[in-house]
Amino acid sequence: MKVVKILERVLTTIPIMFGVAIIVFFFVRLTPGDPVDIMLGRSGAVTAEELDQLRHQFRLDKPLEVQLWYFLSDAVRGNLGYSYVRNKSVVDLIAERLPATIEMTLGALLVSLIIALPIGIFSAVRQNSLLDRSSMAGAFLGISMPSFWLGIILILIFAVRLHWLPAQSRLSYDVQLREVTGLYVLDSLLTRNMPALVDSLKHLVLPSITLGAGVAGIVARVLRSSMLEVLRSDYIKLARAKGATEWQVVMKHALRNALIPTVTVVGLQVGVLLGGNMIVESVFSWPGLGRLVVDAIFNRDFPLIQGSVMIYAITFVLVNLVVDIMYTYLNPRITL
Amino acid sequence: MAVQATHPIKSGWYHTWTIRLRLWWRGLVELGYELWQRPIVLFGGIVVVAYLLAAVFAEQVTAHSPARGSLLLRFQPPAWEAGGEWAYPLGTDDQGRDLLTRIIFGARVSLAVGLLSVGISVVVGTALGAAAGYYRGWLDEILSRFSDLLLAFPFLIFAIGVMAFLGPGFANLILALAFKGWVEFFRLARGEMLAERTKEYVDAARVAGLGHVSIIASEILPNIIQSVFVLSTLRLGSMIIMEASLSFLGLGIQPPTPAWGSMVAVGRDYLLTAWWVSTFPGLAILLLVMAINVFGEGLRDILDPRLKIE
Repeated sequence: MKVVKILERVLTTIPIMFGVAIIVFFFVRLTPGDPVDIMLGRSGAVTAEELDQLRHQFRLDKPLEVQLWYFLSDAVRGNLGYSYVRNKSVVDLIAERLPATIEMTLGALLVSLIIALPIGIFSAVRQNSLLDRSSMAGAFLGISMPSFWLGIILILIFAVRLHWLPAQSRLSYDVQLREVTGLYVLDSLLTRNMPALVDSLKHLVLPSITLGAGVAGIVARVLRSSMLEVLRSDYIKLARAKGATEWQVVMKHALRNALIPTVTVVGLQVGVLLGGNMIVESVFSWPGLGRLVVDAIFNRDFPLIQGSVMIYAITFVLVNLVVDIMYTYLNPRITL
Repeated sequence: MAVQATHPIKSGWYHTWTIRLRLWWRGLVELGYELWQRPIVLFGGIVVVAYLLAAVFAEQVTAHSPARGSLLLRFQPPAWEAGGEWAYPLGTDDQGRDLLTRIIFGARVSLAVGLLSVGISVVVGTALGAAAGYYRGWLDEILSRFSDLLLAFPFLIFAIGVMAFLGPGFANLILALAFKGWVEFFRLARGEMLAERTKEYVDAARVAGLGHVSIIASEILPNIIQSVFVLSTLRLGSMIIMEASLSFLGLGIQPPTPAWGSMVAVGRDYLLTAWWVSTFPGLAILLLVMAINVFGEGLRDILDPRLKIE
């Protein structure tokens, strides 16, 4: 029965993804100006005959519903268009930059969990103590701080003043690394390249902290709240009455249940991380998808913007689907 | 001899609103008392009001022009550092403009964008949500599916996408933020309307002869407006951060109009020699958003604890 429900949930995601593609299709049509100029990313650089030829090639001389049909069928076949500004297909450009974005997102998730889990647990166990109040104040600070400003302050302190960590890019220019997956930390481990591992980790620290700080704040607050609720439950009182140590009560009994809503919130924060990527990659000159999109905006490379926004939205939809499915396994009382 | 009202419904309407206004006034007094019991929340509110007043009276509280500076005064450090002077307390930027003046004028831009985008989101979202929740049927289906579709886009990515195609500028920025922002208010208003429309006072209003629009506007909406107000204060901070982020990327408010995000972006290139150019505008954003969040969460705890997302 659960498998059937999961399949139903997966199937409902498909019309959402089509809807996302339709909205992205209309993004370009909203733009004032000649659509061919928009696709080419420049104006006045081609003759009228070439413009007509390109209009026919891009199917812009066809009715809107026909254009939409071709756009959707191309997207389903993995064709997201061609970037005339960069002379490459949009899919190839995205595939080149995606590993860098994935690496930063995973780094940010790891940092946020490393910060949020102990803070959330200890704040709940020591409710209203100095540790609790200062942790929650810190969490609040993380939520209220703009990520681009945090990144700049971290660069100022750790790169400019202390020279401890690098301020930009993924790897120092003098470090060699053979790429396997595109994730430099993983590739360093796979190729047993210790200098590259240390260098790639040093480059990853500041961007990960910048991107993960806001998520850490939210996750810490949610975990604290759900821990407090769980610690008041009758079964926790029973565990204490049976003689379980405080460590066992908190880590073995309470945390497992408190993590259920926390996992959901972490999954929902992926959307925040995806958006935040664009900002943080710009701050640290990180060669990821976010920076590609920002550069594309200034180059008026609309096919690339269109394809990237679609990829981001579909990734967000799929992550939410995975979180929903995971939640039903973590909490058997919840059905899809 | 009995006196009969010539318009029984209208006199009833006046009577209802008189009682309602009296209750709201009493509610405001109680709110004030509750805020007085929570000094941190009250302090947050005072900081927000201070920012608002500074933004409104920017010309009166500042001594310099926000747009014109002197290249001879480029990168003056803050007053407490060597080489600084109290005429430019927070120093000057790359074009010799007083940083404090630009921060105060930047508050005007950020608050205007934040309040307008939240305001439009509230009006559109609440109206559509109330209509969808009350009338149900095909209207509810279409609006709910469309809002689900918009929720598929992460907020900043949607805003960046819209700005990329519409171009930068004040009006486009507000449109981009409001286009996605209304969804949350739609869902809140719709949910509240679904709960309220089955209550007895709604049936009583129908029996009394009120039309559907009158029932929504004068009977049900006053009961859900509190939740909408609390959510709007909670969202104001995130709208201000969105505006600053888009301005930082160069997609929001364009120079020479002072916007905190673009001021931070300009200062990036001078971190080694003029750290204050990026630091103080960012600090201004942090303080305002923290104050809004503290005040908004305090209001939520007092007025509508159900909205507690945790």
